[in-house]
Amino acid sequence: MIEKNELQYVASLARLKLREEDEEKVREKFSMVLDYVGMLNELDIEDVEPLISINEVSNVMREDEIRESMSRETLLANAPDKMYGCIKVSKIIE
Amino acid sequence: MNYETIIGLEIHAELSTKTKAFCSCKNEFGGEVNTNCCPVCMGYPGALPVLNKKVVEYAVKAGLALNCQISLYSKTDRKNYFYPDLPKAYQISQYDKPLCKNGRIKIELDGQEKNIGITRIHIEEDAGKLIHGTESEDYSLVDFNRGGVPLIEIVSEPDIRSPLEARLYLEKLKGILEYLEISDCKMQEGSLRCDANISIRPVGQKEFGVKTEIKNMNSMKALQRALEYEEERHKKILSEGGTIAHETRRWDESKGITVSMRTKEQAHDYRYFPEPDLVPIILEEAWIEDIRKALPELPDD
Amino acid sequence: MKALDLYSLTLHEIRDKIRSGEICSKEVLDSVYNRIENLDDKIGAYLTLAKDKAYEAAESVDKRIAEGEKLGDLAGIPMAIKDNISTNGIRTTCASKMLENYVPPFDAHVCEKLKAAGAILIGKTNLDEFAMGSSTENSALKTTRNPWDLERVPGGSSGGSAAAVAADEAFFSLGSDTGGSIRQPASLCGVVGFKPTYGAVSRYGLVAYGSSFDQIGPFTKDVEDCAIVLNHLYGHDERDSTSLAVEHGDFTEALNKDIKGMKIGLPKEYFEEGIDPDVKKIVLDGVKILEGLGAHVEEISLPYSKYALPVYYIAASAEASSNLARFDGVRYGYRAKEYDSLEEMYINSRSEGFGDEVKLRIMLGTYTLSSGYYDAYYNKALKVRRLIKQEFEKAFEKYDIIISPTSPTTAFKIGERTDDQLAMYMSDICTVPVNIAGIPAISLPCGFSKGLPVGMQIMSKALGEASIIKAAHAFERNTDFSKKKPTL
Repeated sequence: MIEKNELQYVASLARLKLREEDEEKVREKFSMVLDYVGMLNELDIEDVEPLISINEVSNVMREDEIRESMSRETLLANAPDKMYGCIKVSKIIE
Repeated sequence: MNYETIIGLEIHAELSTKTKAFCSCKNEFGGEVNTNCCPVCMGYPGALPVLNKKVVEYAVKAGLALNCQISLYSKTDRKNYFYPDLPKAYQISQYDKPLCKNGRIKIELDGQEKNIGITRIHIEEDAGKLIHGTESEDYSLVDFNRGGVPLIEIVSEPDIRSPLEARLYLEKLKGILEYLEISDCKMQEGSLRCDANISIRPVGQKEFGVKTEIKNMNSMKALQRALEYEEERHKKILSEGGTIAHETRRWDESKGITVSMRTKEQAHDYRYFPEPDLVPIILEEAWIEDIRKALPELPDD
Repeated sequence: MKALDLYSLTLHEIRDKIRSGEICSKEVLDSVYNRIENLDDKIGAYLTLAKDKAYEAAESVDKRIAEGEKLGDLAGIPMAIKDNISTNGIRTTCASKMLENYVPPFDAHVCEKLKAAGAILIGKTNLDEFAMGSSTENSALKTTRNPWDLERVPGGSSGGSAAAVAADEAFFSLGSDTGGSIRQPASLCGVVGFKPTYGAVSRYGLVAYGSSFDQIGPFTKDVEDCAIVLNHLYGHDERDSTSLAVEHGDFTEALNKDIKGMKIGLPKEYFEEGIDPDVKKIVLDGVKILEGLGAHVEEISLPYSKYALPVYYIAASAEASSNLARFDGVRYGYRAKEYDSLEEMYINSRSEGFGDEVKLRIMLGTYTLSSGYYDAYYNKALKVRRLIKQEFEKAFEKYDIIISPTSPTTAFKIGERTDDQLAMYMSDICTVPVNIAGIPAISLPCGFSKGLPVGMQIMSKALGEASIIKAAHAFERNTDFSKKKPTL
């Protein structure tokens, strides 16, 4: 069973917050799935190469040619908040 | 007590390609905000990256000019973190299989030649730009024109032994990149950026001391001054019996000091994993040779 | 035939009638929208209807035909599209509060192709939120019901698209398949569903879930329609770096073929425990029909398939955790109303915008990629993935196709599995290995168990679609399961 604070850490990494009343249930579900996928430990796969490109395709590249960008108006149409042609967010202190 | 200074530099250079790293938007400094963007570089759902061939070419050029081994097999990886200037909430970069490795650059100090090792060079994309409101304003604005611009990251071995050496290294590197015409290297515009890692150790000690990372040095002079300041700061702390905190500090040009950065993310866990939307880069020796042959004659050759 | 019954025909039948001038595209559209108006309150397949644009498109097609232009197979054919595929100017919600009001500024590649072919978008269909689920119950916006039994699920995650075709609310529809999300609902709803070879259909515009597993594919009423739609979906797209640059030929050439001598493998692991005995019997009866048509059937073993679900839940969740990180309330989508800092904006927007299953998979993916666990989980999953893929490749050296049940059971009741995490995940036990290996597969109706549809899954090697269509069509020609319709 995953530790409560470990689950909270994982949630925070993903910028998620669990409702207090859900915490225990999520912890159980999470642990159950984790246990299940742990089945892979049955296998001895030291020498197997991880499969990274499913198609075994390589070198897909394009020429360095400019294509028209999308209009700012269109691109920002879905923005929750904008100002002066930019996306607006809470003040960031660096 | 005599101390030895150990410095390593991490340089990011924007490549002067016509288009961005993973989309065909114009790669241009100073354009009207958010006018060189598309669903790909703004991280819209469903958008996918396509690698710009010139980016690989320029990176290989840099690798060859810096005496690196060019990897015949390399791939891209995702570096995951949240920040408003990072549209996909991950940066496409290279983690364990960079394009270039094990190079060196020669600098001249007091009539002596010295080689500074280059650990690796890899390709990645830049983030957008944040424009902060004034003191009284409670917002920040994001311009994504710079988002997706191609970068090469050049990491040096910790072979640098003084702030002056660091400056000479950066000047030499800048000169080479400019000569190759792969970056316009304007520190003041941000097309050449430098972060440093610095530590000190008693002369004769084998283990490195605790290092600090220094950011926000926007000119050659700032690089040298910041490292000189930090070197002294380390010495002072150690000579008073204290310990150096392993942290990131930013150089404050006006005050002439480094300041601890509020850790915006404690020990970043970037959760690197191979980028599933792009395929591996497998280079042919012949292609690399062609680039090598076409390199302009470099000052050291 | 009453004009209003046009909705009950197949794609190729409507195509023939449009071509002959017997009917026009507008009439077909009227019939379908009428059907939807009468029925969709009960079924809940659609999230958004695009009536204005649809009639505009129909008018354009009818005009071109009237002017004597010879148009292709899909001209004037009304279709539905799963709501995780981007449609320019038409909201694309992914059945999530996070994107409830999101309107894409571009069309997915497949939408561009279908539009150019003259197909007409009826509307967007319901799904499990962000394509994560096996019943469509995870939709944050609506419940979709199985047309064969309204108390039961249509399957998932492409439940809306499957139900729409099953209920004659569309002549074909598009879904997406990451672990079985086209095939399993096709099986539960008694329609044909096809998952292409990975890379055969462009993912540009598909809201990504598991990037190395996702493929877009069609739901149709029969195999001939499936072949027609595949012809229009396949093809290289320079905007998708994982898109294959191979000629695919005309899939309709694989119709009406003799299957004498075709070698069929039956993997015993797919017929074992967990598979409903009636489903097993019906699928095996179906295989006997193929045998009767001259195919050679042999039992084979694919032992690594048992590890497919763990590989999937590790790798797809990992990719998803990264793919869904862009939903941060900054540039589009849901942004929380209350927060005191940037960090809180992220946390509140994402916690309020995402449903529980999505959050669970994001956390699972984040965990398996995190420092200290990458090797134990993610890297290991990639290794086992190679083993599963290699095992299939070896099997296909000897066999033309491999057959299994699509789903271990028929449609379960709404609410039956929502509290049993693993039982829900087990719905995909036969379909997931296909996505792991990147090979193509079809689900086609092969019988009924207690009045509910049963699906047969036919798999081939990568780019072996012709073999699948050949066998599927041969089966369909010699049975009449595809012709059966639910009583609605």
